[in-house]
Amino acid sequence: QVWQIRLDMHLLNHDGNITDAASIAGIVALCHFRRPDVSVQGEEVTVYTPEERDPVPLSIHHMPICVSFAFFHQGTYLLVDPTEREERVMDGLLVIAMNKHHEICTIQSSGVVMLLQDQILRCSKITAVKVAEITELIQKALENDQKARKEGGKFGFAESIPNQRITAFRMESAAVDTNDVEEQAGEIIAKAEPPSEVFASPVLHTPGTAQIGEGIESSWGDLEESEKEEAAEEEGESEVAAFECEKVQTEDTSTLRETKSDVPIVLSDSEEEEVVILEPQELPRKTR
Amino acid sequence: RLSAGTAPQGRLLCGPGLRRSGAGLLVTKCGLLRHRPGGGGAYWVDSQQKRYVPVKGDHVIGIVTAKAGDVFRLDVGGSEPASLSYLAFEGATKRNRPNVQVGDLIYGQFVVANKDMEPEVVCIDSSGKSSGMGIIGQDGFLFKVSLGLIRKLLAPKCEIIQELSQLYPFELVLGMNGRIWVKAKTVQQTLIIVNILEACEYMTAEQRKQALAKLSGN
Repeated sequence: QVWQIRLDMHLLNHDGNITDAASIAGIVALCHFRRPDVSVQGEEVTVYTPEERDPVPLSIHHMPICVSFAFFHQGTYLLVDPTEREERVMDGLLVIAMNKHHEICTIQSSGVVMLLQDQILRCSKITAVKVAEITELIQKALENDQKARKEGGKFGFAESIPNQRITAFRMESAAVDTNDVEEQAGEIIAKAEPPSEVFASPVLHTPGTAQIGEGIESSWGDLEESEKEEAAEEEGESEVAAFECEKVQTEDTSTLRETKSDVPIVLSDSEEEEVVILEPQELPRKTR
Repeated sequence: RLSAGTAPQGRLLCGPGLRRSGAGLLVTKCGLLRHRPGGGGAYWVDSQQKRYVPVKGDHVIGIVTAKAGDVFRLDVGGSEPASLSYLAFEGATKRNRPNVQVGDLIYGQFVVANKDMEPEVVCIDSSGKSSGMGIIGQDGFLFKVSLGLIRKLLAPKCEIIQELSQLYPFELVLGMNGRIWVKAKTVQQTLIIVNILEACEYMTAEQRKQALAKLSGN
């Protein structure tokens, strides 16, 4: 059987990073969709209407989710899930689409940043953590919707939009004492040493990637696994807050706080014939 | 559908959000229906929108994205970039070109804006004077708000702007395409004004007065 499916996406409002949001919306729409049931007998094809037979879901083998990374200052700073303003001033963008089996489906780099191999590896690890959370959110939302439909509760787009509640500008307000900020800033500037001389000499890491100039040493190489997981968990939590504003409301956000510790990579029900696992090579450590 | 009450004197104006179809009027946008009784009457629909559609005569803020020979490409937030000729500035001749770089902000008005052609922007009015249009100066901060807020701010004797001007002195350029450019003396003051203007979409007048009172108290 061959069906032609068309997915139309209408962007109502955004504050940056449309790629990620659109990829999630698209895959959830496809998972949620039900198509008419069909039976083929020889040359005869019967398409049943939704009244005759329950429509069946599409066969979705995996759910690729995009995660975007914005780079600033030639790769020194990395931001996951940039907002509109951050997108306007970023140097480069890296988009990684991954499914929950840790298979990279798409990787795209644009902008004027030259990326190192270990930077891309770190990004893919962060992507794996985020995609696991998002996939779990999606599964819960789909289950809730199915339950609501079966029990006769309310479901649909109109029900999921919070009524009479403004969700823009929603952030936890942090009280900041700005009374003597200027003095403090002046003290810090006076005590700090001037930045050291930067010599432009290209460092060749592997054939094909080179780095010219290093202002501040990137501290990604020194992150412990547990620290990195915590950092990813924090990003996950702020991402959860953003989800409450824009996506379908799900009940148990508390379960997301208990992030799984490093889950061993499960290759069992993945459909790839040949799996290539990215391993960090031993790169010469730069000394200052 | 609107039903005519008493026969109106003069011409009835049909504003944004309404369209004539045959003998009646059709509503094309969702929002509140407003009526102005003066001068034959005018009906229009007040709707909330963030996406801008170029309209002839509108003053907008554009970002220069490319220089193509004699013409600059401006991003005005519509479906396609607008074109701005280098001669469309006050006092510009072939020898005396304006100093416009990629990334500059331009305040101009639309001279051609319909759905069939590429929109065109100029920085002079019909008599050749710039009347406030042209390249917007250095620094400052550009941000985007909804079109309804811009119209509110452009109304004569707008309360928000009067209250803000009591706080700090600042320069303000409002573009009908939803873009606002602000410049105050320090970065912190600029950001405070930006935050207040953005939040004005959802704050009531009371909350705004409270926020400003807290700021001017500090």
